Amino acid sequence: MSSHGVIAPLLAPFVTGVLLLALPDLPMPLRRRIATFAVLVQIVIASVLLVATSGGDILVYRLGDWPAPWGIVLVADRLAAWLVLTTTLLALFAVIHAGDGTDRRGRHFHVLFQMQLFGIAGAFLTGDLFNLFVFFEILLIASYGLLLHGGGAVRVRAGLHYVVLNLIGSTVFLFAAGLIYASLGTLNMADIARKAAQVTPENLGLARSGGLLLLAVFALKAALLPLFLWLPAAYAHTAAPVAALFAIMTKVGAYAILRADTLLFGAASGPLAGLFAPWLLPLALATLAVGMLGALAAENLRRLAAWLVIASVGTLLTAFALGTAGVAAGLYYLPHGTFAAALLFLLAEALVRRRPASADFFTPEHDMPRHALWGALFFAAAIPSVGLPPLSGFVGKFLILRAALGHPAQAWILTVVLVAALAGVIALARAGSRLFFSTKTVGPVALATPAAAVDVLPGELPDPPGAPREVTAIVGLLGLILVLTVFAGPAVDFAQAAAAQLADPPAYIAAVLGSTAGGGR
Amino acid sequence: MEALIALAIGVLTGGGVYLTLRARSFSVVLGLTLLSYAVNLFLFATGRLVIGQPPIIGGGAGGAGGAYVDPLPQALVLTAIVIGFAMTAFVIMLALRARSELGNDHVDGKVGP
Repeated sequence: MSSHGVIAPLLAPFVTGVLLLALPDLPMPLRRRIATFAVLVQIVIASVLLVATSGGDILVYRLGDWPAPWGIVLVADRLAAWLVLTTTLLALFAVIHAGDGTDRRGRHFHVLFQMQLFGIAGAFLTGDLFNLFVFFEILLIASYGLLLHGGGAVRVRAGLHYVVLNLIGSTVFLFAAGLIYASLGTLNMADIARKAAQVTPENLGLARSGGLLLLAVFALKAALLPLFLWLPAAYAHTAAPVAALFAIMTKVGAYAILRADTLLFGAASGPLAGLFAPWLLPLALATLAVGMLGALAAENLRRLAAWLVIASVGTLLTAFALGTAGVAAGLYYLPHGTFAAALLFLLAEALVRRRPASADFFTPEHDMPRHALWGALFFAAAIPSVGLPPLSGFVGKFLILRAALGHPAQAWILTVVLVAALAGVIALARAGSRLFFSTKTVGPVALATPAAAVDVLPGELPDPPGAPREVTAIVGLLGLILVLTVFAGPAVDFAQAAAAQLADPPAYIAAVLGSTAGGGR
Repeated sequence: MEALIALAIGVLTGGGVYLTLRARSFSVVLGLTLLSYAVNLFLFATGRLVIGQPPIIGGGAGGAGGAYVDPLPQALVLTAIVIGFAMTAFVIMLALRARSELGNDHVDGKVGP
């Protein structure tokens, strides 16, 4: 079964990016309109794809119509469609926010943004391990450009670390792909899953080391302990809409771990089944704990948000380690965690613009204009960030905890998740009360604040009256979380269906390779 | 030949890892380059080492179904070289930028004690 719709989520951002690159003289308002329109089109495409896959069909697109194990395939199942839709929805509000002036601070912001979306959608949809590497490179090189967008010493330093670490990660990915090819003779993911069941004993060691190197690479992308140290500096120093979009980047790593865990090394993979299982749960819980400790220690809101991204990855991978019910809970939690993280980054930027002396550091500052609005938005963003009722974070965490009941390590899981939630409440309550309650009334402006350390460039902070784009993006993301809460029933049903589909790798293999390809090469 | 290739990959990887752990951006870039050479050789070897055969099935001395070199790793290496080349160019530009913005070439942006 071949469907041209599967490649549409890749073509839309790619064509837009190339178009914007080819027309460098377009005035900025028009570029913004084109970029926003392209993201809207991508949302429509992703929604259509979601509807098409919701019945349980696995759509396969063969590039160049080469038959499956030889040519490259794009595969859209429920999981991929769900993540592509999450990405495009997040991108809409990031691109709206970027129109606030961020996109003027360097050339080609919108080109890089579209290429980033191209890479992310490709990583979610590809059915080939080497092609996954290529899409990782595309999204990474776009992210290098976006991370450094606007420049500045602090940003360049954080960017250098990020780039070097990811280049090492790419090298390790190539080693892993080479080991998998050397031992199993294929790079098509469905074919790997099929051949893994019949791996010969002398190749087993190679295949296992290849698989675990893959875990290391994906853990680096997902910022799993101990490979998370690059994230706080990189995310805290980049521009707000970029940090908001990057909230989905760690989820690409989490997706790759989930896909490899369920398909490549899933239940049907014989001697390679459950290769990740001994590592995933302990590392995820440790990541969650460390992320929350970092959040407690953070001195400004952007760094706090970055540490919460790490904690959110920990929560997500804890869920993914808990079997089908856990995967379903995690898939419901994933868009929520992404939107909540993006919200905090956008709010931090709003504070930076309105607190000239101390930016988003937790130090007293003069009363900022319209503090009631920003205080209320912060409160509304903090609730989903730590998973308090009534919003979707609570539903997600509740489902994860319910999936953990009966697990051999349930005491550990419940303790870490619940204590981490408490730590998150404390961290955000402290941040909120310092940022909004301890204002200085009248008096000389204290200059000895840590604000000098922030990468605020001179002339970087135009404060347009009203800032409609800023408020639109923040309220829009809050609206998405609200939608996810109100329609929690259908969303959870879909997540459970997606998890059930992941638990059935033979269906995926049959869809990609066809029933006739059972005989091998 | 196997021992030679293995040794070459091992030495390149070891040198690459050592250099990427250095504190100055120039050695880090060199280390990344060595690592990418190592991985290219490694990918080349994943199709198993065969001498004197074409990378076409059925084109070897034995006629159809005869010995051949696996062509897929060669295609992978080609892709990896192109990507690695672009990434090296990028990281060099970034290192130069960091040198000019931070005033020194230390990866942490500050001169050690």
